Amino acid sequence: MVEIQEQIDGLLDLAERKGIDVSGELSGLRQKLEVIREATYRNLRPIDQVQVARHPRRPYTCDYLERVFTDWIELHGDRAFRDDAAIVGGWARLDGRSVMVIGHQKGRDMKDNLHRNFGMPHPEGYRKALRLMRLAEKFGRPVITFIDTPGAYPGIGAEKRGQAEAIAMNLREMARLRVPLVSVVIGEGGSGGALALGVTDRILMLEHSVYSVISPEGCAAILWRSADHRDRAAEALKLTSSDLTRLGICDEVIPEPAGGAHADWDGTATALGEALRRAVTELQALDPEQRMAARHAKYEAMGAWQEA
Amino acid sequence: MAWFRKPKKPLTSSDKRDLPSDVFVKCDGCGEILYREKLAQGGYVCPHCAHHFRISADAYIRLLLDDDSFQETESELTSADPLEFTDLKPYVDRLVAARKKTGRADAIRTGRATLEEIPVALGVMDFAFIGGSMGSVVGEKIARLGRLALEEGRPLILVSASGGARMMEGIYSLMQMAKTSAVLARLHEAGLPFVSILTHPTTGGVTASFAMLGDVNLVEPGALVGFAGPRVIEETIRQELPDGFQRAEFLLEHGMVDQVVDRRELRATTARLLRHMNGGPRE
Ligand SMILES: [Zn+2]
Repeated sequence: MVEIQEQIDGLLDLAERKGIDVSGELSGLRQKLEVIREATYRNLRPIDQVQVARHPRRPYTCDYLERVFTDWIELHGDRAFRDDAAIVGGWARLDGRSVMVIGHQKGRDMKDNLHRNFGMPHPEGYRKALRLMRLAEKFGRPVITFIDTPGAYPGIGAEKRGQAEAIAMNLREMARLRVPLVSVVIGEGGSGGALALGVTDRILMLEHSVYSVISPEGCAAILWRSADHRDRAAEALKLTSSDLTRLGICDEVIPEPAGGAHADWDGTATALGEALRRAVTELQALDPEQRMAARHAKYEAMGAWQEA
Repeated sequence: MAWFRKPKKPLTSSDKRDLPSDVFVKCDGCGEILYREKLAQGGYVCPHCAHHFRISADAYIRLLLDDDSFQETESELTSADPLEFTDLKPYVDRLVAARKKTGRADAIRTGRATLEEIPVALGVMDFAFIGGSMGSVVGEKIARLGRLALEEGRPLILVSASGGARMMEGIYSLMQMAKTSAVLARLHEAGLPFVSILTHPTTGGVTASFAMLGDVNLVEPGALVGFAGPRVIEETIRQELPDGFQRAEFLLEHGMVDQVVDRRELRATTARLLRHMNGGPRE
């Protein structure tokens, strides 16, 4: 793909310098590039999927908020310590219906990323999320979460303020919420820091998103004793949307446009919006007791073990 | 499973696998030479400096419960290696080695018991089994123990010691955090007490799920308990961590646990707590 892109760039360069018409060659090359791109994205290795999931031009939570929802009103703060910009949340409308949207938010550039902490929340981020979920429950509104984080932040302040407790409390309380809950993994589903927004009635994944107990780099460093083996770790961890479907964790894969979500934000948002509407409508048709019983049954069934 | 046979003779004193089986033991805390026999009688707490030696699940069962009251549940549940995971060696080989080493099927023992005559549901993790990591078997056994507690109206006690999720079970190991927390949600709503006892070390997915969700959280002196391991934090922030960071006393100071309890007082303290909380209103 890179080679063809270089050929195209070379041709354009040549055309500019010499004033030759290269449109014939160009369109042929561009077509070839499209075909290869399509084939490439259909056959990504797990480690490539990880790279696509982390692509710096991939749409983030706020990009979907702009495209899928209307009437977005952001709500800030955990009411105890501070507002954590690594998680955003607030009221929005999905087809006119009022819903609570909560998601990890990465930054687009270095300055933004310092503000967003690269999408790695502190405890107060998870506590804000829980506050907003309880607010949704108070008014009977569905909760939609977007998952996209390398993980919960491992730092001194995070430990002092109870990172583990904050995540744990979200897991327990999400199991108790009486309103419909839908999560979508839009990029990186990084371990407990992702799951803390992910105990939901439905778990959707964008085609090239990943969801894992540990990053391939972290896993390779521990089990292969070198991060260089991250490609093997990525394969072994079974972290792609098709793996998670096969393992019974992912309920629906949302297809991405050719070239991945970063190549077509609007197209991705359209597909995502449709999947969300369907999920919320189906869940709202159930009564709360049914929904909660099904949620408990869903999580009780997760795992693989052998009886004696 | 054909390739997994239980050892013919049950281990009589599995404490021995955590400590050199000599007559004397050197204390890691103060360097004092101690009589093994005496140390065992004192719950493996150094009589000079109160250093808490790491002990096995079996040792906690003897320490906390009324004699012979432990009726084990689900002891035959074993991992199914759902990902057919292989790193430098196959996960199945790691499992075989851990079973051989501990004489147990996985990293937790669960059962019914009495503690100072109070009927309880107890689970004790064993760090010696693949670092006390939580995979499907640990999660499922805790979930079943929680349901047993619900059905029989027993308070729940979980003794944790874990390096976190068992990554060789991939996403399933992560989801055990949700599974165990979800069953605790039901216990919480039923008004049944849950005492979480944190021992050295407890980190990662176990801390970030059931272990931090006790109605009361107790921790042994000196135990390291946290979300991220100290090495990961040091690599992230590129500075050395202060002394005592993530240790029991740090947790108490920062409000994460209710008390730091000497192992020799664990049974009595837990019993007193249960008498306060047990049989209370369920509304
Ligand atoms: Zn000592």
